[in-house]
Amino acid sequence: MNRMIFAAMAAMAAPLQAAAQGIDETINTVIGTATGPFVSFIFAPFPGTTFPWIVGWLVVGATVFTFYFGFIQLKGFGHAIGLVKGDYSNPEDEGEVSHFQALATALSGTVGLGNIAGVAVAVSIGGPGATFWMILAGLLGMASKFTECTLGVKYRNEYPDGTVSGGPMYYLAKGMKERGYATLGRVLAVLFAIFCILGALGGGNMFQANQAHAQLVNITGGTNSFLDGNGWITGIVMAGIVFMVIVGGIKSIAQVTERLVPLMAVIYVGAGLIILAANYDMIGWAFGQIFAGAFTGLGVAGGLVGALIQGFRRAAFSNEAGVGSAAIAHSAVRTKEPVTEGYVSLLEPFIDTVVICTMTALVIIITGVLGSDPETGLYIWDAELGRIATEGGITGVELTSAAFGSSISWFPYVLAIAVVMFAFSTMISWSYYGLKAWTFLFGEGSASELTFKVLFCVFVVIGAAMSLGPVIDFSDAAIFAMAVVNITGLYFLMPIVKRELEKYNAKLASGQIVKVK
Amino acid sequence: MSDELYVVGYDGEHKRAIEHAAEQAARAGAALHIVHVIEWSPYRFLTPQELEERHKRRTEESTRAETEVIAPVLEEMKSRGITATGEIRYGNVVELLAEIAQKRRASAIIMGRSGGSSFGGRIFGSAAMGLAQVSPVPVTIVP
Repeated sequence: MNRMIFAAMAAMAAPLQAAAQGIDETINTVIGTATGPFVSFIFAPFPGTTFPWIVGWLVVGATVFTFYFGFIQLKGFGHAIGLVKGDYSNPEDEGEVSHFQALATALSGTVGLGNIAGVAVAVSIGGPGATFWMILAGLLGMASKFTECTLGVKYRNEYPDGTVSGGPMYYLAKGMKERGYATLGRVLAVLFAIFCILGALGGGNMFQANQAHAQLVNITGGTNSFLDGNGWITGIVMAGIVFMVIVGGIKSIAQVTERLVPLMAVIYVGAGLIILAANYDMIGWAFGQIFAGAFTGLGVAGGLVGALIQGFRRAAFSNEAGVGSAAIAHSAVRTKEPVTEGYVSLLEPFIDTVVICTMTALVIIITGVLGSDPETGLYIWDAELGRIATEGGITGVELTSAAFGSSISWFPYVLAIAVVMFAFSTMISWSYYGLKAWTFLFGEGSASELTFKVLFCVFVVIGAAMSLGPVIDFSDAAIFAMAVVNITGLYFLMPIVKRELEKYNAKLASGQIVKVK
Repeated sequence: MSDELYVVGYDGEHKRAIEHAAEQAARAGAALHIVHVIEWSPYRFLTPQELEERHKRRTEESTRAETEVIAPVLEEMKSRGITATGEIRYGNVVELLAEIAQKRRASAIIMGRSGGSSFGGRIFGSAAMGLAQVSPVPVTIVP
């Protein structure tokens, strides 16, 4: 029945399709050309190597924070859970933003397509070994998150009417001034805001719209779908809904999404666990592949370096540690101690990358959707596409969908709903991050805010219409550019975080701060 | 005058619960503690925009509850010669009323019944029903 409906719709859409394919191609070429130089700069390799400097930048940053704060991600893990559970919450703060809420909202901005589509991209290009580097990047990234979210709360703006605004723009400007680098701080804050707007339009918008569209095409008949090549249709529908929420202020849509997203995450993880449980005998083998691939490459072109680059790149894109975006969401929490939010935020890369991304990767590896040579056991490399061969040459969200679908036949439909929901909630979060950066640059006011919001909606359509390559490159480049500025500032500001941490730990030790539950 | 205390759950609408509590208190010489609970869960999901505005909204909500719900009732009790105190809380109405009654060693809880015939109330049970099940002290449900 469904097939007949789709066939009928496809027949009706056929004349449109020819014209629209032209629109899609034009958008692709224009954006691809316009963003090319920026993308090439961000992903430029270290001279004489193939290793992109930006990946090194993130890893070095996360490693420095890890050592500087004495492995806070391990030492502070238990305390972070206690804070989220409300063990230390002041009962007088009932009705204020709790640690749990700040974490959940920040997570709904990061858990999403990075976990579903990004992992598939990483594993298909970098091989299973990419997973190892992804996990390592997730663990190290916890320290970056700790640093930036503590600063986010410490230097937020609290307005007389009770609203708060925080994030790297504020801590870079205010914190650097405190350290005696007012001009540098101001420059960094402005640069961050510019890149944050680009990141909001790229990874927080176009990538999401693009992958949501890909999944919709996938379940409505693939290349026979009336949507195939007509990304602008998906784009206009999604842009319309986003418009209603961010411009029309229709809170009910946002609230429905915010409630459905955790449910989708639970269903997604649940399905992943079921597949892993059904193939429990292969989990050991899969981890073997991950470890072996991390250091040898298992015949995947690029070997160790390829796996490492892909792993780190996709982890950063998924959990956004060091990027600074989460500091914007976390800064609204009600707490007297900025460090508490730092503790809570370190759970974010753990949940996002160490748990959810690893699960996706295991499902992809175990279900055998990556083409391998039965004789040698090595993966078959598709040199033309530059990744491991898969049936139909798929990657991204379609590959994850195929992996889940090979065990649970109807799951691609559920995944399609999840993808659209995740995409939508990420867009809502990023529209807010982008808006905060926009108002930091251009001032608050309804005309200025409306300009950004309309621009944001236009980019939804552009994102859905473009092919994956240019979108993914531009998204990554914009988000990594945020990290360049943010981490530079974090190096200057980390002594302030350390002081906060020592002060807080002393209060904990002396019993000044005690559990209330 | 006894040192008895009745906790009254007041949602701002069911004035009959207050009426009943006042009559009972006058008869027994008991004092009233009127509690207005604003439904809230620290685990509810909020959008970033809502996070930003939460403190402002909360201040508005508490002020409104104070001036429009609690203050008029306390005024009225005072004019009738009944000792009464008020409290505004955020959270789950059932849990909070039971907790407050226990802490203050109240001898009873009095509350109104809302939406007795509503479909949702029949399936999931109302706050009054919930309270009847968990309360540490006798509960009077005023229709």
